[in-house]
Amino acid sequence: MSAIPLAPVHPAFMLEPLLDAGSGRDAIGLGQRRSEGLDVRHGTLLTLEDISVSFDGFKALNNLNLYIGVGELRCIIGPNGAGKTTLMDVITGKTRPTSGKALFGDTLDLTHMSEVQIAQAGIGRKFQKPTVFEALSVFENLELAQKADKSVLASLVARLSAEQKDRIDEVLQTIRLTASAQRPAGLLSHGQKQFLEIGMLLMQDPQLLLLDEPVAGMTDAETEFTAELFKRLAGKHSLMVVEHDMGFVGSIADHVTVLHQGSVLAEGSLEQVQADERVIEVYLGR
Amino acid sequence: MPKALQRLFLGLLLLLPLAVQAADADYFIAAKANEQARLLQDWAAQPDPARLELLSSLQQGRIAPGDTRKLRLNNRLRGLVDNALASHQLLSTDSAVRLAAARQLQKSAQPAQVAFLDRRFAGEADASVHAALALALANLQLVDSDPAVRLAAVRLLGETGDPMARTRLQTLLEPGVESTASVRTAAETSLAQVKRKLLIGELLGQAFSGLSLGSILLLAALGLAITFGLLGVINMAHGEMLMLGAYATYVVQILVQRYAPEAIAFYPLIALPVAFAVSAGVGMLLERTVIRHLYGRPLETLLATWGISLILIQTIRLLFGAQNVEVANPAWLSGGIQVLPNLVLPYSRLVIIAFALFVVVLTWLLLNRTRLGLNVRAVTQNRNMAACCGVPTGRVDMLAFGLGSGIAGLGGVALSQIGNVGPDLGQSYIIDSFLVVVLGGVGQLAGSLWAAFGLGIANKLLEPQIGAVLGKILILALIILFIQKRPQGLFALKGRVID
Amino acid sequence: MNQPLLVTASQKAGPRWTLAIGAAVLLVLLALPLLSLLPAGHSLQVSAYTLTLVGKILCYAIVALALDLVWGYAGLLSLGHGLFFALGGYAMGMYLMREAAGDGLPAFMTFLSWSELPWYWAGTQHFAWALCLAMLAPGLLALVFGFFAFRSRIKGVYFSIMTQALTFAGMLLFFRNETGFGGNNGFTSFRRILGFEITAQSTRAVLFLLTVALLVASLYLGWRLARSKFGRVLTALRDAENRLMFCGYDPRGFKLFVWVLSAVLCGLAGALYVPQVGIINPSEMSPTNSIEAAVWVALGGRGTLIGPLLGAGLVNGMKSWFTVAFPEYWLFCLGALFILVTLYLPRGVVGLLKKRGEQ
Repeated sequence: MSAIPLAPVHPAFMLEPLLDAGSGRDAIGLGQRRSEGLDVRHGTLLTLEDISVSFDGFKALNNLNLYIGVGELRCIIGPNGAGKTTLMDVITGKTRPTSGKALFGDTLDLTHMSEVQIAQAGIGRKFQKPTVFEALSVFENLELAQKADKSVLASLVARLSAEQKDRIDEVLQTIRLTASAQRPAGLLSHGQKQFLEIGMLLMQDPQLLLLDEPVAGMTDAETEFTAELFKRLAGKHSLMVVEHDMGFVGSIADHVTVLHQGSVLAEGSLEQVQADERVIEVYLGR
Repeated sequence: MPKALQRLFLGLLLLLPLAVQAADADYFIAAKANEQARLLQDWAAQPDPARLELLSSLQQGRIAPGDTRKLRLNNRLRGLVDNALASHQLLSTDSAVRLAAARQLQKSAQPAQVAFLDRRFAGEADASVHAALALALANLQLVDSDPAVRLAAVRLLGETGDPMARTRLQTLLEPGVESTASVRTAAETSLAQVKRKLLIGELLGQAFSGLSLGSILLLAALGLAITFGLLGVINMAHGEMLMLGAYATYVVQILVQRYAPEAIAFYPLIALPVAFAVSAGVGMLLERTVIRHLYGRPLETLLATWGISLILIQTIRLLFGAQNVEVANPAWLSGGIQVLPNLVLPYSRLVIIAFALFVVVLTWLLLNRTRLGLNVRAVTQNRNMAACCGVPTGRVDMLAFGLGSGIAGLGGVALSQIGNVGPDLGQSYIIDSFLVVVLGGVGQLAGSLWAAFGLGIANKLLEPQIGAVLGKILILALIILFIQKRPQGLFALKGRVID
Repeated sequence: MNQPLLVTASQKAGPRWTLAIGAAVLLVLLALPLLSLLPAGHSLQVSAYTLTLVGKILCYAIVALALDLVWGYAGLLSLGHGLFFALGGYAMGMYLMREAAGDGLPAFMTFLSWSELPWYWAGTQHFAWALCLAMLAPGLLALVFGFFAFRSRIKGVYFSIMTQALTFAGMLLFFRNETGFGGNNGFTSFRRILGFEITAQSTRAVLFLLTVALLVASLYLGWRLARSKFGRVLTALRDAENRLMFCGYDPRGFKLFVWVLSAVLCGLAGALYVPQVGIINPSEMSPTNSIEAAVWVALGGRGTLIGPLLGAGLVNGMKSWFTVAFPEYWLFCLGALFILVTLYLPRGVVGLLKKRGEQ
């Protein structure tokens, strides 16, 4: 709706990492891989600065600052209504921020890109409620998600190469759905759908994966498996996981951000944030 | 003896008016058309109160009051009768009668009446009659030999916003009619003035018919907005609920006429609850039998309700015939208020606008101040949650559907008072009323209100400029463009996008 | 909403039977025009009336197929396909009117005392251009409307009503005499097409064969589309548009493509319809006609390719019988059909047959 004025790079922004090591970009250390086509020279894959979103006066996000590094696995926690899903909406272009700056890599301005462009640029998203293409088979779901030319014309003439088929089989194995490859996705169990959706993200091969409560409705074994999977993915991809399950968070994350009332309350390792007085007050319930 | 003679004389004198009248009447009837015209003109120039009765009978096409014989007058004679009668009515003691007469004379006065009008003008005490007479005089004075009189008349005409004044001034400005330059310039200014005033009247008239159309759209769309907001389905048979309401009015009219003719003036009021009950009943029946089974499948509901509408239309056709039926306005709904010389606001439309607003207020109260309303709003916003909180969603659906249909039924009563009532009545409203819902946003009373009136006025303002059809198409295009900007309608609830 | 759309499913249900029945129907359709050429009085002779009726239904079947592409696959219920059909018909009608009028103006224009053809009639004396127009006019309209509609993500019932409003507006426009399409009466009294007598049996037979050819071609096209990745994207779009967007597909392009394709098919069907039936008027654009097409698809079974054809045949067959036998009850029957199909046959006749086949 309202156009976001291109914020001038103010000095504070340049100095920030030095001023506040806790939330700064240099706090990110993992895998400084440089990906193709995306400028991540500074090692930051996602930059959110001063993001605000308001719905009719209600501030869902309030001057939020968040940096995610290349290959990092970040967990976002926070009480209900802290703005976690809105945050994902902003990153994926579903909701436009009222003000603030959102950069993918060092150059791509997310606030001026459509959802499709953002997805094509390399941000994949898993919804809170698993959404798969129910009328299509598991195999076809993965086929559609596969990284390829996704234009209309290409789809008209597309044929699966042997290489692509192998890749799908590989992912099928990873998400343990090989046996159900030809079943309509609508017939899968809730947990299987979760895995299928994760599998679709893998096929998409994005640089940043946004996962909204990925282990909701999974059995313990499945949760454990997912944790392993995510740890394996980190390094090659950056992951941002929103999750309520503290056990799960503890098992995967080395870096946790706590959201409260639309802004970052604390950031650090799980032990650090759990020890933080403010976090205990608002989140762990007192 | 002299005393007796005196009495006789007096008696004759008293009888004289009667005699005059009788003589006039006989004379008039015996005369040929040309002669009659001359006679009427003479009478108009020199009114005599004794002829009042004759003239008013003549106006009604009779020779004397109570006389059953019909008198045939041609158009010209009828105009002259009106004029002569008005001339006589200027002598009335009732200022309202005089005012009406003066207004009539503005249109029809002849040069021969100038002297008489001048006299009345000088002696008139009532301000509005005085002004009206001034205008009537001005019309005549345009052909006065004295340029100063003409100038004054032209200026006076400029003050009015009368369509008549425009034609008079235009004739005056035709080449060769007016030779005095100062009068011509004054006439030009006056003409521009009159035209401006007329334009204002026209625009106000269009705005009013827009409001009127808007109120109809509102009545048609309100129920649709409720059911669409609540159930997420489009009831394509909604237009037929309007139609049922209109037919209910028709039936009530016939029944009242037959069994209680003295109450005929109030039959629309009796029809209101009947129409509401009929439409609401049919609506609830449909909800129970068909729509209930299609929840979550909006497109199928659309088709099924279309099927229902076909059946309803055909049923009405078989019952009442394919022709339009006649629904008459009661006396208190006919006529209108003259606001400007070229702007009459019909009572029926005024009443409908008020009625539509009344229905909106009632609906608002129902939705915001009652338990049912609370339930309806709860189900609209989150069906599952409401069900978990113990809201009987099934019952709420049915009642809300009944309410929406009932409101359409009320709309049908209103429609029957201003338009044709036929089996296809509803078909022409369903698209428009859906556009109102689209424009106004779902489940928003305020949105529906603004959208209905906005669409109505836009329609009526565009109509004279580019024609009704192109106007409709343009509006459709505008709505499509508007939705580009505001996909959720005018008054959407903003919030986190829910998947 | 979740029947598997792949044709493979129907092939599993009995590909041989499907093929055999399809071939038989095709043979009958090919034989009909030939039989119509037999001399009158011959026991096997097919009357002109029957041939026209079947030809008309075949044109409707193409419309049903086109509608199924957008509704059954992409989930966009159009209630305005009659507009595209009529536009195609009018384009062909323009050519036929010019052919009938010779060098002069079409009769209705002389009646309005117009002295020259409006600009959009330019070139319509050429059959080829009229045929192009029959595709271009509906195609362009669909492109413009679809562009705006899909851009603002109008879908579901909103989209349906918008399309209905569109065809309604079109009907009003064509009703006007000033629009230059014959107003109320539309186009009729055609004489010749490409120099052939339009009422001649042989011309009818050829037109009929062309209709069959178009139908088969559209069926093949639909089949190819449904099997392609494009078809799967459409299905995905219907069921979870957001997911598809986050997969990196732009739904607008896909919708627009299938929407325009569908409109063009309808236009071609209209162009074949007009010379066979011999009249085109604005009532073809009435919302009633377009929504009736939806019930053909629903009855047959949407998301299948054969279903709509079957539905169009069944409903129109019923209609022609009813309107002769019990004219005043046809609307009851049609209305009941709308209700019963949506309530009890969500997957249409084909779905029912498949279920039987599986059991």
